[in-house]
Amino acid sequence: MRHVYFATFFLAVLTLSVLGFRGTRSTRPPLELFPDMDHQAHLKPQAESAFFVDGRADRPIPPYTVAYGFAPVEHKLGEDDANLAANDGLYRGKAADGSWLKTFPASVTVDAKLLARGQDRFTIYCAPCHGALGDGQGITKQYGMTTTPTYFDERRVKLTVGELFNTITVGSLPTPEGKRNMLPYADKLSPEDRWAVVAYVRALQRAQVGKLTDVPADHRKELGL
Amino acid sequence: MSKLFPKSANRLPLQIVLYLFVLGGIASAGINYYATNKWANVGYAPVQPVPYSHSLHAGQLGIDCRYCHSNVEKSGFANLPTAQTCMNCHSQVKTDSPLLAVVRESYATGAPLPWVQIHEVPDYVYFNHSVHVTRGVSCVECHGRIDKMDVVEQAKPLTMGFCLECHRAPEEHLRDLRDPAQKVTQLDWMHPKGVDGQRDQGLKLIQDLKIKPPESCSGCHR
Repeated sequence: MRHVYFATFFLAVLTLSVLGFRGTRSTRPPLELFPDMDHQAHLKPQAESAFFVDGRADRPIPPYTVAYGFAPVEHKLGEDDANLAANDGLYRGKAADGSWLKTFPASVTVDAKLLARGQDRFTIYCAPCHGALGDGQGITKQYGMTTTPTYFDERRVKLTVGELFNTITVGSLPTPEGKRNMLPYADKLSPEDRWAVVAYVRALQRAQVGKLTDVPADHRKELGL
Repeated sequence: MSKLFPKSANRLPLQIVLYLFVLGGIASAGINYYATNKWANVGYAPVQPVPYSHSLHAGQLGIDCRYCHSNVEKSGFANLPTAQTCMNCHSQVKTDSPLLAVVRESYATGAPLPWVQIHEVPDYVYFNHSVHVTRGVSCVECHGRIDKMDVVEQAKPLTMGFCLECHRAPEEHLRDLRDPAQKVTQLDWMHPKGVDGQRDQGLKLIQDLKIKPPESCSGCHR
């Protein structure tokens, strides 16, 4: 009987040494004892598909299309062209005559809520390079991102809101070699979020280059002025 | 009549029964230990096409998770970044690195990068990132300290029991997103008043935001 116990003990030690302990790091895919219906034959986001030629399940958005139902204004069937044209300011930062908007589009209300949203988005998407203040001293500067400018030079303070919006949408102006130092952020920020960031960038600029006359008289006390 | 069996054979039936108990005990202990995601999935760290370090980008540089996983607040699926997202910086930083060659190629040709998915629930489970993240369930609850991982590995078992633990006591995990210090992507945040403070805050948030995590089957198996 003693030999049987020895054999069992040996088997237990063997199992432990082959299967190891919990939480051990492994590069091999997890073992599935009962796969049941874990993997079903349907398309998943950003997954592979043998059905399409390019091998992806996600279909790229055809150029010049707008996802239905994602615009902030109510869409009605057949009205889209007129609707989008009327909202050129909101989507492209351009006025009806093709010039850059100098004020925020009508459907964007600049209030504390918009600025808070702008700050939130700015901190995620802009601050790594532009810095929390907008002075161009973000963390990436220490790692070789040397071209990030400050928001406070004369040219950038004088940019219209439409131009700021356009910069976020399509990226910075191309260099002589045709390269954009800042790439587009339109895929990360919806048009409304972009306007919120524009409003916050304006606030950052005011914070640095603003004058006492910019502060309404009844609010100066709050700043100790 | 000679003795066919030695006297010790009298104890054999009892010994066999005893042994079967011991064997059953060892076998069930082994199954309990091994036949679970806690063994099979935790620690899974596949080799990725680019040796991207979360501990450098998210930890050292402090880049928000949402910079790359940008749709996590809007979509059920936490997206992988586009190659352009990498190129936002890497068109100027480490432009010649051979490790980034596949990223540059993907950016130029549009061919997808073959990232290997690590955290995966079975297809019969409905999981939505946005509903969790926008209600104050931090990334860290299911993904662990990604900001400390050079190579990402699965930190939590992601079993049904794991889900239910939180669904039955959400107050122990909910953050107040109105407080900037409690950012949902701040992985090392703990309530300053400890477990009791966290519970009080969580109970209040459940009231305010009407949070009712489903515990019925159809909540997740739809």
